[in-house]
Amino acid sequence: MSAAPPLRHPGINLGPAHPETEEKSAELLFGFWVFLMSDAIIFGLLFATYAVMLHARAGGPGPEQLYDIKSAFIETLALLSSSFTYGMASLALKYGRRHEWLIGWLVATMCLGGLFLRLEAQDFISMFHEGAGPSRSGYLSSFFALVPLHGLHVTSGIIWMLALILQIVRYGVDRDVKLGLLRLGLFWHFLDIVWVAIFSFIYLGGLA
Amino acid sequence: MSASEQDARGNRAEYARELRGYLLGYGLAIVLTLVPFGLVNWAALRQYGLYVAIGACALVQVIVHFRFFLHIDPPRQNVDDLHLILFSALLLFFMVAGTIWILASLAARLA
Repeated sequence: MSAAPPLRHPGINLGPAHPETEEKSAELLFGFWVFLMSDAIIFGLLFATYAVMLHARAGGPGPEQLYDIKSAFIETLALLSSSFTYGMASLALKYGRRHEWLIGWLVATMCLGGLFLRLEAQDFISMFHEGAGPSRSGYLSSFFALVPLHGLHVTSGIIWMLALILQIVRYGVDRDVKLGLLRLGLFWHFLDIVWVAIFSFIYLGGLA
Repeated sequence: MSASEQDARGNRAEYARELRGYLLGYGLAIVLTLVPFGLVNWAALRQYGLYVAIGACALVQVIVHFRFFLHIDPPRQNVDDLHLILFSALLLFFMVAGTIWILASLAARLA
């Protein structure tokens, strides 16, 4: 590992084989990293709010009645695997000569993200059916402020990915597409880290 | 050996190295997901032990994601990126720990 070159910015570095991105990538990705860190602060404060509100149930249901460990587990595997497939897309971008692999891995990532969202939506709908909507108690308000906000981020990541695939089809893998894919990679892997905190502290912590 | 052949060989070695990184990260993350889910599902520890195990696995998994997916590797990293991560982590710690501390203390006084 010691032979590896220094990293100019967070995320995969495309290196000298992609000279057109070299000039702008460090600056653009640092800026995007600043945004991600501020997003992390928002999520962190929503976690703190959830921790404070956890026992404010107003006689309503608690985590033991509402969370389903099996569904949280499948959601976790789907999102984790989507992070891996995005990594494979990044390698296809960096080393691949043709675009089919890149697009294939991106489509796989979108499908796994879509599966995650579908399962999460089912969880929320079944909570609503049990009368456990955000207005039921302080605990549920804080739950619905935090977990669906992450789902919304995943949704916007999928829309962004679709836009980049269309750009690849229309314009090819040019400089702007490469820089977009590098930023989306940071965003996507960051969302998986937020999900690690959600499944650990909210779902597993609530069921332990 | 021509220069382009040398290039291709260096490329292949670097590709193999980066692919190994992603595979290792994915494997570690899967294990660090299976362990806490298994412990909670089969209630393998007392409650306090479960909380410690979940927290420890989450912390290690976050580090694994940073290292293998976001490619944050301190000795090789740009100093500005590292400072930003550490400063954000510090802010996050103050805000989260401070919120929980103050509001839990307030709740205890009001109870």
